[in-house]
This record gives sequence, structure tokens and C-alpha cells, in this order.
Amino acid sequence: MQCPKCHAPMHTYNRNGVQIEQCSGCRGIFLDYGELEALTRLESQWTQQAPPPAPPAPGGYPAPAAPAWGAPHHGGHHGHHGHHGHRGFGRMLFSS
Amino acid sequence: MPPESATPLHRELAAVAREAAHLSRPHHPCPACAAPPRTRGPAGTLTPPEPAVLADRPDGTVVRHGAAVAKAHAPGTGGPDHRVRLAVAGHPRLAGVLLPPLAPEDPPVGAPRDRPVSVWPYGTPVDPDDPAAAPWEAAGTLLARLHSVPPGALPGPLPPMRGPAKAARAMARLAAAGDRLPAAAPVRAAWRRLPGWARGEAPAPGPAALCHGDFHLGQLVRHPVPGGPWLLIDVDDLGTGDPAWDLARPAAWYATGLLAPADWARFLGAYRAAGGPAVPPGDDSDPWPRLDAPARALTVQTAALAVAKCAAAGRAPDDAEAAMVDACARIAELPARSAPSSPT
Repeated sequence: MQCPKCHAPMHTYNRNGVQIEQCSGCRGIFLDYGELEALTRLESQWTQQAPPPAPPAPGGYPAPAAPAWGAPHHGGHHGHHGHHGHRGFGRMLFSS
Repeated sequence: MPPESATPLHRELAAVAREAAHLSRPHHPCPACAAPPRTRGPAGTLTPPEPAVLADRPDGTVVRHGAAVAKAHAPGTGGPDHRVRLAVAGHPRLAGVLLPPLAPEDPPVGAPRDRPVSVWPYGTPVDPDDPAAAPWEAAGTLLARLHSVPPGALPGPLPPMRGPAKAARAMARLAAAGDRLPAAAPVRAAWRRLPGWARGEAPAPGPAALCHGDFHLGQLVRHPVPGGPWLLIDVDDLGTGDPAWDLARPAAWYATGLLAPADWARFLGAYRAAGGPAVPPGDDSDPWPRLDAPARALTVQTAALAVAKCAAAGRAPDDAEAAMVDACARIAELPARSAPSSPT
């Protein structure tokens, strides 16, 4: 599938059972029929379970560019993702 | 490092470090000799302190005594390349960038014969329990300064930096761990998508710069202790090559979602502010055309070593290791037209 905006190839990701197409060029996201509703439903479940997310950084700090093969959560939609909380990352920072 | 497993190599290195520490600070009492680890033996004799082993791997064993450390390099590495790398570490053009060795000219007395030994001042490392306090700005600045030293101004002949060779070695280790491991398939598939130079099969295209070759947070120390400036250590993989390689490990951590965007921005911003040549200047220009191939290579290398280690230990990958294998699967599925560009 090609991105309707910039015509670069789009890749499919499955996030919690919802199929999302993301463009490898402009990183825009394409939602099929019903996917927005599915995401909204998941979000409301999430906010019921979890404390409210931290407010965005002052000034609306934009995420730096990332490659097409990067983890799908890059792209500026999520701010904090618990980066230093990843089990094993502390060790990986210090090894060849 | 538990002290109960001190080996003959540890004791030899401790003796070399002790000699170097006392020579480097002849008018100061040695804190290591005065420290409490001396204990009374069974017959009431004083036993020497247990060697303080800072690292113990096949490719490098490091033992500290007070103000000095002695490092036994990998077996079979004591050739001309090793001597050039040590001379570069001690060269005035790298002052304030690389930690210089103590007495770079003379092989230490009592050194083991099968592994070359070098002696260095002790520096304070980044706290492994507090990676959030990592000096990302200093790291970016130091790498930019390293990459800006013209190789022709240095002792030579400078060998190629060993980054791509180490990536290939990681794949060999993965193969030795067993080709039928399920997690190995995406790693091998991503490896096949890399350009030959990133797999150590051809020289890197583009102008060669002086590179560290194995940058990570364990390669930074403060010297002099405790509050001196940060310096780069470990020249075992240093040489000429694509300087983007030295940015590629943090780039891979960022791309795989492990390194926070703010930390990545601090590192890259400091590198650019110091005039680092590996990426185009200007905070608005996209660094990924230059970083993509080496960052993929470091992702594959990290995933390969992780899968091999997990297989050897019979354990499941942790979150960070799994993130690297997942990234390999995405690299393997990329369309052919988004193959990484060569450095220009």
C-alpha cells in the first residue's frame, strides 16, 4: 500500500489487535474503517486502568526524526514511553 | 566483580597496576595499599589485598590498583596496530579527548606473555545504576572532536576501525550458538540486508575519519578523579572509517524505543554543536540518511549477541534484547527501495 500523501510504502503494525498502516516516508498513519473507534475504545480502557499521563514537556518538544524500521511508537504522538524503565536497557548501555 | 575468583592473570595485572600507580604518584601515599582490604592470613601474615577486577572478558581484563589500572588485551592483539592505537591515545592531538596511557613506550614488567598489557590512569566511570545521569552532551562533544582530528596528523599507519568486523564477529557467535534458534532468523535476515561495508566485507565508502569503533556508556570516564572532565577510553577498536558508526549505537537505541528522544537529542545536538562531521550540520537536517546503515548494523550486532547469550544461559530475552530482535524483524521486512544509502 502506498501513502496517499507522499506515495512512499506504508507498513502495517498491529497494536493491541488494531491494524495501523504507517508511512515509511512521512510517518503519517492510515486508519481503516472502525480502527479509530477501536483505538478510542482501547484508550478509554487504558485511562480507566492507569493514572493520567504526565503533561507534555514545556514548549511541546517535538520528537526527533527516526528511521522507518524504528519502534512504531516513535512519531511524536506519544511523549513519554518509560524509556529508562525497559528491563535490561541499563545493562545494554554499557556493553559492546 | 566478586573478588573470590582472582586468577593468576588478575594477580599479575594487579602487580603491574600497583607498580604503575606508585610510579605515577611517587609523593602521595597509595590509598590502595593503605586501604582495609588487607587481612590477616592464618599464620598472622599480611596477605595482599584482593585484586580489584573492573572488567573480565575474553577481549579485555582490567584490574585496578589505586590511581592506575592494568589492562590485558585480547590474545593475539599485540601487533603494530595495537602499538599505533596506544600511540594515538597518547598523542597531543587527542589530549582532552582520549585518556592517555601511562608509560606508553615500555611494555610493563611482569606482563603476561600471551596478551599485551597496557597501563592507564584510573578514571571514574558512568554509574551503571544510574544511566539517567549519563553525560550525553560530553559524549557527543568528545566524539565530534575525535572525528575532527585528521588521520594524517597522527602516528600511523592507522588500521581500519573495527566496528564492522565486530558486527561480523557477533554474527559468527550467533551461528555458533545454533542456527535453529527461532529468534536468530530475523537477525540473520536483517544482516543480509546490510551493505557489504557494514558487514566488514569491504572498506567503508566516503572520506575516512578517526573513529572510536566501539562507543557505549562504558567507554567514558572522568579523569582526574573525582570531578575531572569526561574522556573516551578503550582504543582496541580505534581506527579510520565512517564516523557515523560511533553514533550508531545510541541511534539504534533511540530507533528501537529504548533511548528517550530527549537523551538522543542531547547527544546528537552536542555532536553537531561541536562540528562533528558524521551527519550534516544544522539541527533541522535529517541525520538518518547517514546513520541508517550503521544503526541497522549495530541493531543486528546487539540482537545477535543477545540471542547468543540467551541461548547460552537458557533464558528468555529481556525487554531491551527483545526490542532489538523486533527491530531486526522490521529491518528484514523493509522494501528494497529503502535500502540505506552509502556515505558520501
